[in-house]
Amino acid sequence: MAGGVKKFVVGSFDDEAVLFPAVKNVRKQGYKIHDVYTPFPVHGLDHAMGLRETSLHTAGFIYAITGTCTALGFITWIFTKDWPLNIGGKPYFALPAWIPITFELTVLFSAVGMVLTFCYLCNLAPFVKKHHFHPRATDDLFVMAIECTDKTDDSAVQNFLQNAGAKEVNVQIAETGWWIGRYDKEQKLYKDEQGY
Amino acid sequence: MEHRFELPAAYKKWTMGLVIAGLAALVYGIIAYHPFTAPVHHVAGEAAHGATHSEGTRFWAVLLQNCTYWLLVVNAAMFFLCVTTMAHGGWQIAFRRVTEAISSAVPLLGIIAFIIFIALVALHRTDIYHWLDKDAVAADKILKNKSGFLNPYFFLIGSALTIFLWWILGKKMRTLSLQTDNKAMDYEETKGWIWKNTVWASLFTVVFGLTVASTTPWLWLMSIDAHWYSTMFSWYTFASTFVSGMALIALYVMWMKGKGELEYVSDEHIHDIGKFMFAFSIFWTYVWFSQYMLIWYSNQPEETRYFVDRIGTAEKAGPYKAIFFLNLILNFVAPLLILMKKATKRNYSTLSLMAIVIIFGHWLDFYQMVMPGTVRDHAGMSFFEFGIAALFIGIMMWSIGRYLISHPTTAKNHPFLKESIIHHT
Repeated sequence: MAGGVKKFVVGSFDDEAVLFPAVKNVRKQGYKIHDVYTPFPVHGLDHAMGLRETSLHTAGFIYAITGTCTALGFITWIFTKDWPLNIGGKPYFALPAWIPITFELTVLFSAVGMVLTFCYLCNLAPFVKKHHFHPRATDDLFVMAIECTDKTDDSAVQNFLQNAGAKEVNVQIAETGWWIGRYDKEQKLYKDEQGY
Repeated sequence: MEHRFELPAAYKKWTMGLVIAGLAALVYGIIAYHPFTAPVHHVAGEAAHGATHSEGTRFWAVLLQNCTYWLLVVNAAMFFLCVTTMAHGGWQIAFRRVTEAISSAVPLLGIIAFIIFIALVALHRTDIYHWLDKDAVAADKILKNKSGFLNPYFFLIGSALTIFLWWILGKKMRTLSLQTDNKAMDYEETKGWIWKNTVWASLFTVVFGLTVASTTPWLWLMSIDAHWYSTMFSWYTFASTFVSGMALIALYVMWMKGKGELEYVSDEHIHDIGKFMFAFSIFWTYVWFSQYMLIWYSNQPEETRYFVDRIGTAEKAGPYKAIFFLNLILNFVAPLLILMKKATKRNYSTLSLMAIVIIFGHWLDFYQMVMPGTVRDHAGMSFFEFGIAALFIGIMMWSIGRYLISHPTTAKNHPFLKESIIHHT
């Protein structure tokens, strides 16, 4: 329930080529972009929005190192201290034989860790809900949500988006963070939406 | 007159300097190491008799190491070109001419390598290739069984055919590329041209697969330890030379970019070449380790011999132990940790440094493939070794430079050029 309820001006675009200059101009104007929702990953949009590089890789590296250390440490403890076994006359500390397992645990830790971190960063979890600014953001529209403060003149922002090429512009009062539970109203199917 | 790249004076000076230094080392080797006197017969496992006798061996072993290594490295550039052509890849077009230029060193280095092979056979260097010794082969069950493959005729004819096919198929790919410089093609011509490229690239790749990825390393390198064999060996050699080839491409692309050429190459291309260097360093480690672990695990005396010659046993360390593990650090640990970050792959200084580390590391890898089976514990690492390496680098630089100045450095009429310009990782 982070964030609280805020006012947003939402503009929907139907073309990437219009979206990019719009994002640039909105930022130049000094408006704060809450987020841009797209039906598919758009190359370069993160740069246009001025998002910082993700640290997910660094997290992945740390998980991987943890996996390596866990595997090596655990196997070493078992085969040299806890339960030494003579396998084919090999030394108890048989490093080459452990490399594949060390590798597997490295990959496993980093993969699982990164997926979970990614879900955490994106607020993805069962029963966790977030406000949808436009249902067609998952279909064919690029939806830009601009966050308003008390000083923001929302009609000016609406005009600005209209001029920037937005197909639909509206104002929404919405929860910015996530919550657990249900949406306020039943979601309509696309075919029941206006303009289908 | 179209714009042509002009080699900077420093490049010419370095090429000349390296070749002269290399020739000096070669002449020194011929005078000091007596390479043309008959080799001392050695029994497997027994050290050669005295340092003076092993110096001729050292001469030929160093030549063998360098001629195979540099030939396979420049040939890897053509492999990269053919594979990306077959995949209809577009991103590499911006620096495609650089890969072509590197592969244009194949004929010259190939001829030099072949002359060295002829010399090894003609001079009956049984200290390099034990299987050249007819009496030893007749008395040896394992070598006798391999003699259909390991004999002078198969060795020379196979090598000649291999080098010849790399040469002409690579030449064909380069010619096809240069054809586009004169005029822009229309749609139908483009289609036909792409198809022709695909066919010739696949022919090269098939030949490459049958040679570099299998028979060539067996003949040239694995047969030094004639009793020993490993099914991973060719992959391991291929990985070694391919990653060095990528490092060489990276060096040339960054250098040319620094000289104001290759206008369409951006950080994105450099980043992707860096990814290739990173990925194939890991791949090299994977095959290197697979070969090592399977042999270590099954612990068959005839297989472990290879590693005993290098790292020794638990009781007695082998003479190549330090190089063996340095190899792993330079070619695995360093690229893994340094090239992992995006920023280092996009930074010219770190990527150049890593490219040099990789090229040197795999040269060292070839060193420890060749030396233990030939000079055993009398190997040297002095100005002779580095001089011969300098000779080959100089020849390679001369060949590459010649191609770069004779043709436009960007294949501006290539149909996929736009894909390369807008390339984004």
